[in-house]
Amino acid sequence: MDNKQLSVIFKSEYSNLIAVLSNYYRLTDLQLAEDIVSDTFLRAMKAWSHKGIPKFPKAWLRKVAQNLLNEHYRRKKIYEEKITPELSAGNQQIDVIEITDKIIEDSQLEMIFVLCDPQLNRESQLCIALRILCGFTIEEITKALLSNKETIHKKIYRAKKAIKERNRFETNLTSNQYVSRLDNVLRVIYLMFNEGYYSSVNEENIRHEICWEAMRLCIFLSEQKIFPKQKIYALIALMCFHASRLDARKSGEKGYLLYHEQDKRKWNKDLIQKGRKYLNLSAAGNVITKYHLEAAIAYWHTEETKGKWNNILQLYNKLLTIEYSPIIAMNRTYALAQANSIEEAIQEAHKLELKDNHHYFCLLAELYRMNNNIDKEIEYLNKAIEFANKENEKELIKSKFKKASR
Amino acid sequence: MKNFMMLFHSEPDPNFNPTPDQIQEEVKAWQDWIGGIGAQGKLKNPGEALGFEGKTMHADGSVTDGPYAEIKEIVGGFIVVSADSIEEATQLAKGCPALSSGGKVEVRDIMIFDEL
Repeated sequence: MDNKQLSVIFKSEYSNLIAVLSNYYRLTDLQLAEDIVSDTFLRAMKAWSHKGIPKFPKAWLRKVAQNLLNEHYRRKKIYEEKITPELSAGNQQIDVIEITDKIIEDSQLEMIFVLCDPQLNRESQLCIALRILCGFTIEEITKALLSNKETIHKKIYRAKKAIKERNRFETNLTSNQYVSRLDNVLRVIYLMFNEGYYSSVNEENIRHEICWEAMRLCIFLSEQKIFPKQKIYALIALMCFHASRLDARKSGEKGYLLYHEQDKRKWNKDLIQKGRKYLNLSAAGNVITKYHLEAAIAYWHTEETKGKWNNILQLYNKLLTIEYSPIIAMNRTYALAQANSIEEAIQEAHKLELKDNHHYFCLLAELYRMNNNIDKEIEYLNKAIEFANKENEKELIKSKFKKASR
Repeated sequence: MKNFMMLFHSEPDPNFNPTPDQIQEEVKAWQDWIGGIGAQGKLKNPGEALGFEGKTMHADGSVTDGPYAEIKEIVGGFIVVSADSIEEATQLAKGCPALSSGGKVEVRDIMIFDEL
């Protein structure tokens, strides 16, 4: 049995199954849905290790999940009939349905909106949506939201409890509710894409399928008439530009290549073209979101015209007035070196003081390399390796050592 | 962390007619400087740039022209930064484009009122 294939199937089916179980059966008990899905996977492992992966593994999983849920209700019904006969009559009537792709598409998107419930706080919404719908592990959520495991555990626990206590999901949202929840839904999709793109935990560095899934959801969203479109288009543009570089980033065993190390001929031209189309569409109206700015930055990276780097720098400057993150700060400093001067960038880089971030020390090393200061470059590469935690990151830094000492 | 407001003072020069290139350069200098504070995670509010049109209302109800009441200097804009101390906040003003054209940066702490 191929373990890799198995983990891909489980990863992609996890959220689908949860979404369908929760949505179609009006489950309020997310824990129950998760238990059933886990149980389903367990049965799959057992059955498939004897007979191999069946021809239609997804259909297999859906059928088993469905049976398990029906069984759960049957048992519950018997229990209730014996213990509390007065409550039992016909309360738990379940229609047996076939789970189809159509239902999954609608369910998954609808579930994201349902889970992005403003009565839960914003971070809890994100945690629960990432956990249930994107099948993220606690560790992945922790990284994606730059938090710690304990906090995330608590948030998910509280969110589940809140949903359970309310006794039912509000599954029939009004169009106002849909529109007002859009921002958070977009953030969930954005984080989902980023996790697929940068994959913070899994050694297998690029998990394309999460990226495609995020793009699919976003395009589906843009086709719904009720939403204002600009933000959605901007996010699609951003994802198209990034996705165009997925193949160029890969470099055999060494993990992914940085932007300026990539072979630009490998960039996917169709996706760049799509990105431009959506970026143009997103510009209608006066709305400027961080997705617009990030998409515009990604666009400029595909250009080779004069003033490119100053445009990128100004976009980062603007982005920093909306939101701070260490990654934006570091990218901005690199753009500063390209647009203004290396000396200025070095000076600014030292002000950032991101003392435990290996990317930060890589940036300093890179700036000193550009400045032909090999001693300093090596000093900072040493620091970078001290703080890198993934094997392939260490490999990448080591290869820079080799280049530096040549 | 506390919040501080930076107020940019300058003396308007009526004889200075910048070319479009000079204006662009000036705008870039400001954006780069504010971006630098943002990159340190210390930009609380990007503030606003103020124009040269202004009127002043006085206590007796009279209205005079110009943004400046008594002095020649005008406030050209503001931003809000966060810092541990007023000394640190003042250091952030280094490199501010207002200084290179003979202006000043005034750094003031922002009062916090307990919710009543």
